[in-house]
Amino acid sequence: MPGDAAIRLVSIYPMLLGTYGDGGNLRVLTMRARLRGLQVEPVELDAGEPVPDGADLYLLGGGEDDAQVAAARALRRDRGLARAVERGAAVFGVCAGYQLLGKEFPGSNGVLEPGLELLDVTTGRLPKRAVGELLAEPVSSSLVELTQPLTGYENHAGGTTLGAGARPLARVRAGVGNGVGQLEGAVQGRIVGTYLHGPGLARNPQLADLLLSWVVGSSLPPLDLPAVDALRAERLAAVKPAKE
Amino acid sequence: MSRTLRRGDGFVIGGRVVLAACPDALVQLLLGRRVAFVSATNGKTTTTKLLAAAMGAAGPVLTNNSGANMPAGLVAALAMPAQRVADDAPVVLEADETYLPGLLRAAPDALLVLGNLSRDQLDRLSEVAMVARRWRATFSAMPGLTAVANADDPHIVWAASVISDVTWVSVGNAWTADSVLCPSCGAILRRDGRDWSCECGFRRPSPSWILDDGAVVDPGGARRELALRLPGRANEANAVMALVAAHALGVPAEIASPAMAPIGSVGGRYQTVTLGGRRVRLLLGKNPAGWAEMFGMLAPAPAPVVIAINARAADGKDPSWLWDVPFENLAGRLVVATGERRHDLAVRLAYAGVEHLTVEDPWAAMPTAIKPSGQPLDAVGTYTAFREMLRRAGGARDAG
Repeated sequence: MPGDAAIRLVSIYPMLLGTYGDGGNLRVLTMRARLRGLQVEPVELDAGEPVPDGADLYLLGGGEDDAQVAAARALRRDRGLARAVERGAAVFGVCAGYQLLGKEFPGSNGVLEPGLELLDVTTGRLPKRAVGELLAEPVSSSLVELTQPLTGYENHAGGTTLGAGARPLARVRAGVGNGVGQLEGAVQGRIVGTYLHGPGLARNPQLADLLLSWVVGSSLPPLDLPAVDALRAERLAAVKPAKE
Repeated sequence: MSRTLRRGDGFVIGGRVVLAACPDALVQLLLGRRVAFVSATNGKTTTTKLLAAAMGAAGPVLTNNSGANMPAGLVAALAMPAQRVADDAPVVLEADETYLPGLLRAAPDALLVLGNLSRDQLDRLSEVAMVARRWRATFSAMPGLTAVANADDPHIVWAASVISDVTWVSVGNAWTADSVLCPSCGAILRRDGRDWSCECGFRRPSPSWILDDGAVVDPGGARRELALRLPGRANEANAVMALVAAHALGVPAEIASPAMAPIGSVGGRYQTVTLGGRRVRLLLGKNPAGWAEMFGMLAPAPAPVVIAINARAADGKDPSWLWDVPFENLAGRLVVATGERRHDLAVRLAYAGVEHLTVEDPWAAMPTAIKPSGQPLDAVGTYTAFREMLRRAGGARDAG
């Protein structure tokens, strides 16, 4: 990010991809940057609006099947997000927003829909919808800076398989995650996909700060938010990890 | 899961026993009666109560005013009525959105009163578009149905427009985030105030009754002030739905309206109680659409507010929806975050820049920062948190 310019955060179509509270990820990133004295320009794109390709970080959340298909089609036509990724922008996609970054996903009535092919993952249908608390240990070889357990709530019917180009974000300790190989999420360059709602960045501040550090180009000073520590302690205690 | 407020858990269990012995019980109990089913994401308990009151002004009526809105609760309300009524008395029933299609098998000639659909308990209920689709498929196979339906909610219109006899009502819809896409073709809907339309031709039907600034305007253009004791715009919408339903069931507005006006609480909602030695007004806030109507109902800033968040089965187990509520609106007042998921709320409030305290049980010892004033303290709870506050305050006082 050049000099003192503001961090540009773009939430992509929150009216389509915001059914599960993931709009909170934009609020969390904005506040965590501002509390460090950084300038932030958060933008929420209306459904179908062109995606500006000059931003630093793009956010996509969960949504209903029809809305996911509508968002994927608009983004494929628009190409703005793909250009931004080529430029090196970071992307954080959750649930439907994670799936549509991949090669294909099941849309309305289970018909396979092509994704944006920015992430080397393929999503099919799980035999049973995954609903509940999700706890996962970061895979250190994927993101070395990420050391704290990831906690969130999952609610999806997608089973996501990673291709050779993507690395797993984490290993599932409780819940389903990708539903393939006990893995959760995917990382490819500066694109992160996950099934963590909660919202994911509200419950996992280390992940939020990692995304911000990519944008800023350096690590950020610690931020003391006791409410977040209390929530993490309470959620981690509430979930029993499955036996190894 | 028992959802009854008034008569304790045994009430619904009684209904389950009846259903186990006689799976056909609901059909038998409704046989030969005029039946109205009230369903919506928000306001169905209140609308049911208002409609039952309106009908009650003209004669005896059977209703499930306990809020027990799943099959066992309905059977219990009908098999064990609070007082005996004639075999031809009309029935006004609140129906859970997901159970409505199944319940209609017992009353294929019912009048449906359909208010709104929005995101709620997404871990248990379907996504909104799926509920609307299921309703539509059920309704289209039942030619005997009639409906009073909210023209301002595209999902309601999608479901109800397959019914040949619909009275369309415009009561507004403060929350539109779950109806961005056309339910018919999937394109983005155009909106202009209450009006909406799609390029495919699917559009808002012209309403014959309209809620206009605290008054109802009938098809002839006559205006009648609602003068409700219940607070807030959402309850005006509930009252208009009930008023038009009563009209459809043969009870005119001049009888229905005065019967609804004096109702001050519904299953404890809006009731002022004593908790922890304080006068407290109890409010139910269980999803983003409900909260969109809540801010206008709260005592104005700087009045503090207690918010109790649980995430049990009846609340929805994922409180992520707290991030869909613009809690930034509460800046300038102190919030006491309580309930089993108070830490989720505290994080939301911290990022919203709202001053707050996190307290496990404010009713055991109210934080001294909350100073008593002449006005009751507003306390908003999710379904089970609200129920717990009501239980501790001695239960609902509003008679059926």
